[in-house]
Amino acid sequence: MRLLLRRDLVCQQAVELVTDYLEGALSRRARRRFEAHLAGCPHCTEYLAQMRETIRLAGRLELEDLTPEQRDDFVELYRRWRSEQE
Amino acid sequence: MAADGELLLRLRSGDERAFVSLVERYQEQMLRLAISFVPSRAVAEEVVQDTWLALLRGLDAFEGRSSLKTWLFSILVNQARTTGTREHRSVPVADPEPAVDPARFDTSGSWADPPEHWIEAVEGRVEAGKLADRIRELMDELPARQREVVILRDVEEMSSEEVCSVLAISDGNQRVLLHRGRSRLRQLFEGEFGGVR
Repeated sequence: MRLLLRRDLVCQQAVELVTDYLEGALSRRARRRFEAHLAGCPHCTEYLAQMRETIRLAGRLELEDLTPEQRDDFVELYRRWRSEQE
Repeated sequence: MAADGELLLRLRSGDERAFVSLVERYQEQMLRLAISFVPSRAVAEEVVQDTWLALLRGLDAFEGRSSLKTWLFSILVNQARTTGTREHRSVPVADPEPAVDPARFDTSGSWADPPEHWIEAVEGRVEAGKLADRIRELMDELPARQREVVILRDVEEMSSEEVCSVLAISDGNQRVLLHRGRSRLRQLFEGEFGGVR
């Protein structure tokens, strides 16, 4: 049965399921099939690790701090809005 | 750092510093998102500025049903789409776009040209200080709609529900765009950092 499941999914299909897998959007059956494929396929296992690393790297982007001039611009913007209110 | 909810309260009571704190927190994120909708950084800056004004003007009407951040980004997307000259909605999500070049598989669908190892190479290849810049540049190569979703999900770490609400797209489309964006980004990382077997 397990062999049959594994044969069900080929690599080209597996890579299309990675996001659904990470999102928890696969049915239990599909998830089992995906994991069974990974268990027998080092390349797809590496691929999944790379997708996780891709997400981690995207999360490393940091926001640049505002320059003092930018900050002043926004104080100005805020005060302008306040004066509109009154 | 004060929570958004607290800043919102202080903002409503007329606290200028609360506004500056919010700007500091979200300005850069908003700019990055806006840039994916409009043709230039200058236009994006205008869009973001308009968004802040719209936020201030809408303060009294905001009922807090979504988070402040979701609300702010929704305003931004609306402003950007109104301003944007890019035909934003004309790219059909239904077009097939494989996660991996089909040429890398054999006729049975198994890897013929398997993924090159690059995870271990990332930190060594690029000076720590420059890595973020390079990631940002590679991310800029994504098509706009994919980039928007990847930025919101993986950089801003919004939930899929928040992203759907901010971009006004269905959950299904959100996932398709996320999948394509991440897949393409992985491909770009492989091209950039790969080649080490």
